[in-house]
Amino acid sequence: MSTATAVHGRVPMGRRNQQFIESLAGIGFATPALILLILTNLAPLVVLGVLSFTNYELGAVAFNSVGLKNFAAAMQDPVIRRSLGNTLLYVAIVVPAGVFLAMLIAILVHRRTKSRSFYEVIYFLPVTTTLIAMATMWQFLLHPRLGPINAFLVSLGFERVPFLSEPRLVIPTLAAIGVWQLIGFNMVLFLAGLSAIPRELYEAADVDGASHPVDRFLKVTWPMLGPTTMFVTITTFITAFKVFDTVAVLTHGGPMGSSETLLYAVYLEGFQYFHLSYAATLTLIFLAFTLVFSVAQTFFLDRRVHY
Amino acid sequence: MTTSLSPGRHRVRRDWLSLLLSHAVLLTGAVFMLLPLVFMIVSSIKPPAEIFEATFSLWPRNFYGVQNFQSALTTAPLFRFLVNGAIVCGGILVVQLLVAIPCAYALAKLNFPGKRLLFALVVLGLCIPVQAPALPLYIAFAQLGVLNTYFSMMAPFFLSVFAIFLLRQFFKSYPDEIIQAARLDGVGELEIVWRIVVPSAWPAIAAFAVFSVVAHWNDLYWPLIVISDPKLATPPLGMMFFADSEVGSNYGALSAGATIITAPLVIAFLLARRRFIAGITMTGIK
Repeated sequence: MSTATAVHGRVPMGRRNQQFIESLAGIGFATPALILLILTNLAPLVVLGVLSFTNYELGAVAFNSVGLKNFAAAMQDPVIRRSLGNTLLYVAIVVPAGVFLAMLIAILVHRRTKSRSFYEVIYFLPVTTTLIAMATMWQFLLHPRLGPINAFLVSLGFERVPFLSEPRLVIPTLAAIGVWQLIGFNMVLFLAGLSAIPRELYEAADVDGASHPVDRFLKVTWPMLGPTTMFVTITTFITAFKVFDTVAVLTHGGPMGSSETLLYAVYLEGFQYFHLSYAATLTLIFLAFTLVFSVAQTFFLDRRVHY
Repeated sequence: MTTSLSPGRHRVRRDWLSLLLSHAVLLTGAVFMLLPLVFMIVSSIKPPAEIFEATFSLWPRNFYGVQNFQSALTTAPLFRFLVNGAIVCGGILVVQLLVAIPCAYALAKLNFPGKRLLFALVVLGLCIPVQAPALPLYIAFAQLGVLNTYFSMMAPFFLSVFAIFLLRQFFKSYPDEIIQAARLDGVGELEIVWRIVVPSAWPAIAAFAVFSVVAHWNDLYWPLIVISDPKLATPPLGMMFFADSEVGSNYGALSAGATIITAPLVIAFLLARRRFIAGITMTGIK
């Protein structure tokens, strides 16, 4: 900074020169990023906003403003209402299960010494797998007649469960796959949070008579893990709200629309039916839901990422 | 790590019990986590008749791996998908770093007009999910006639606001004195960035690289939108084409295909486990 220049005893002329070079370099370094930011992010958002008030379709020469008609249509569209409901149900399962199971696993793994890396690898593996390939495997495993999971249930004396073809079960089943995919990711974040808890706190709690694992958890782990838990919850919410891959591969929104989700509806309207202005409206609705959480996530990132 | 307080006998027994319980929970979970992976590998070497037998076995009676992998590789250009994935991920990462590093350095260490505004825009960009600009970008690419190209798959991700954000934080802690000393020695700003500051930021760059490659290798949404030519498909899209095709009902071949598609990133993870986990811990966002 300029104070450092002063320390080195440069004359004001040199400092002004330095300031000029800095400005020039700064602008030069930032310009490519700024141009790309405008082209790939900001301009598209403006276009999205404009589109949502028109009746534009791909290839159309002329289009008109239709005011809030698209938004009104979306509110009354049974597909959109159902998609939103399904998405929220999915989120309502994935967020608590994905956060608390990951926390439990992390606490158990954290205390292991010899087997720690063994469990770390196993639980993290699904994060690195291609979800599409794994979803196909889940489809085999869950097959109502042929799948090993149903064979196992039958051997235990239960009835066969049509996991992906029964409307009431399809979202919970997709949610279970979603939890499977992200639990290792959340576990790693919790493990980092657990490592940051000073050991003395546990020793102090022990001296205070809180030596039972449940006491230790309530008195030390849970409060100290608070910021991590918050961050993981927000990240999980955003991931869950964007559920798309498993729907697109396993169910195509079926049976009878019972697994249509918001992002899948956006995809169909925009890129399959080419109702572009309507899809733009749906994208804005999607954006509105995620925005609160992404703002919170950014706030946390700002506090978390420091060295 | 129990304490200096007299460890009574009940306590020792409780420790044993909790150890046993921990492993029981963790192992049960581990079975759930490994289930599709194990099933995939086992099915890829079984003949069709054995895959769905009522009694699940880990090893086939008739080894059918050669046939399954052969039929997978002849029906879909699986290695082509992997190469496409590498081209797309590599291209995205290189441009992301080339653009983000100077910008992050400018935001961290240089005074220039518009700095605050730029940083505000970067933070705003962090709040926008990648699916939001997809529609206008698709329209633009369609008008430009660049759908079904590598460029269309990579371009929306050339700018990573996250990379700028992460690296800016990292660069900020770099000592000003060293930069100042380099300037006095007549080293240009560009050289300061790439020769002096970047080598010290290696952990953050590696962390971001892991984050970026995992995200784009496994991304289905955007390639599905801009690519219809199977020759350009990335691994997830290729897998989807493969599963939808007629061979999709040949479970042995499909499992073999899934194994090939999944292997590179899983192997990379197993080889560089610490890098991956450190990367995720540092970035912590999907």
